[in-house]
Amino acid sequence: MLFELREVGVDRGGRAVLDSFGASVPDGSTAIVGPSGVGKSTLLRLLNRLADPDRGEIAYRGRPLTEYEPLALRREVALVPQLPALLEGTVESNLRYAAELAGEELDAEATLARAGLDPSFAARDVSRLSVGEQQRAMLARALAQRPRVLLLDEPTSALDHAARDRIEAALAELRREHEVSIVLVSHDPEQARRLGDQILEMPA
Amino acid sequence: MSTSIHIAPWQVAASLVLVGLAAAISFWQRADLERDILVATGRSIVQLTLVGYAIKLIFDADTIWLVLLLLAAMVFFGAITARHRAAKVPDSFGPLLIALALAGASTLGLVVALGIFEPTPRYLVPVGGMVIGNAMTASAVALNRLGDEMADARSRIEATLALGATAREAAAPTVRRALRSGMIALVDSTKTTGLIFFPGTMVGMLLAGASPTDAVRLQLILLYTLLGSVSISALTATLLAYRHFFTQAAQLRDPGS
Ligand SMILES: Nc1ncnc2c1ncn2[C@@H]1O[C@H](COP(=O)(O)OP(=O)(O)O)[C@@H](O)[C@H]1O
Ligand SMILES: [Mg+2]
Repeated sequence: MLFELREVGVDRGGRAVLDSFGASVPDGSTAIVGPSGVGKSTLLRLLNRLADPDRGEIAYRGRPLTEYEPLALRREVALVPQLPALLEGTVESNLRYAAELAGEELDAEATLARAGLDPSFAARDVSRLSVGEQQRAMLARALAQRPRVLLLDEPTSALDHAARDRIEAALAELRREHEVSIVLVSHDPEQARRLGDQILEMPA
Repeated sequence: MSTSIHIAPWQVAASLVLVGLAAAISFWQRADLERDILVATGRSIVQLTLVGYAIKLIFDADTIWLVLLLLAAMVFFGAITARHRAAKVPDSFGPLLIALALAGASTLGLVVALGIFEPTPRYLVPVGGMVIGNAMTASAVALNRLGDEMADARSRIEATLALGATAREAAAPTVRRALRSGMIALVDSTKTTGLIFFPGTMVGMLLAGASPTDAVRLQLILLYTLLGSVSISALTATLLAYRHFFTQAAQLRDPGS
């Protein structure tokens, strides 16, 4: 099992956002769906320890998440947040930063291609990208670390249909490669069906 | 420096005419500052008189221990004052206290060790006061900026942490900007000193009858001393304080908790 959650509880602003939540996430591609505000983003951030639960336990590949060194875990289990947040500079400098943190060689062209971007994007300044392009640059940056698991938080929520289709095409390709497991949060059940082998519904 | 001048109480009283002028302008143009001007004038008389007596006491006693006590008190109250301007930084008092103490001790220690000033109350009290006062302003500005920038950059910092960056690496651009804003005011005013304004020490020396050469030299020494103190305090405060935004596991703390 990729992730195993037992009796997980998270309090935010004095109330429980997640309570006694349990789930099993296998290898492959899993889509987490549920209405806005049920705690999907909160849950995803627990999986690479950007936050820790107040109650309960989470295991990754059979070992408690807390036994992993958080920085190393985050390179292996990469999270792409809902809104793009690149570092100042070019797309390539962002990819390079990520690759160096993970101790990986960077093949910028191949990495961009996997995220559905053509090689000319390497030299582009991130402040001159559309939101859809930034979102794909975020995906490319995560891939530059050669993660084993990708956590994607509503990767197409801020995008128009054309941009959404390009991201989905890139994700479908990654899913076919079987090198990386995907946990994808979506509020769109259609998208979840298109991209997930398994669908995990979060009750309202 | 053997210059000395005498100022009689009536001279101070006469200068109150200008305070009256300020109040009249405020009243006439409805700037609504008359009360503040009154309070400011009253406080300046009381505070400076008290400090004057304290300094006289310390000069008369002529022991280094009283000087150190006074400087320690300045560091303590400076950190308390600066903390209010760094309200968005969790537990900023500790970093500010250490920053002011370090800035004061190292710059005063250096100017004494280099033989620029003698370690006597006559030098240590005024120079220490300036050093600690400027260090306080610089670290308060730096931490104020740090608090704002950390709030603005939350999503970018967390996205960087998500790549496996350390808290230090994720906060580096923010820390850099906070440090810059703490130091920039003094660097800028050092650039324009003498052109756009005459710095206070030089004015005081000239009024007290010193030669322009001496006044300029002393002013330069003080400016450079302040540059050192301002950098040390802004650096120390930001480097100690940014950690308070993160947990041990390199997670960004919830601002509400
Ligand atoms: N830091 C926080 N402080 C207070 N409330 C929060 C915080 N983070 C999230 N919440 C609340 O927790 C709930 C779940 O948030 P989130 O996980 O972002 O939901 P989703 O991603 O499913 O839309 C929401 O009601 C949100 O307002
Ligand atoms: Mg969300």
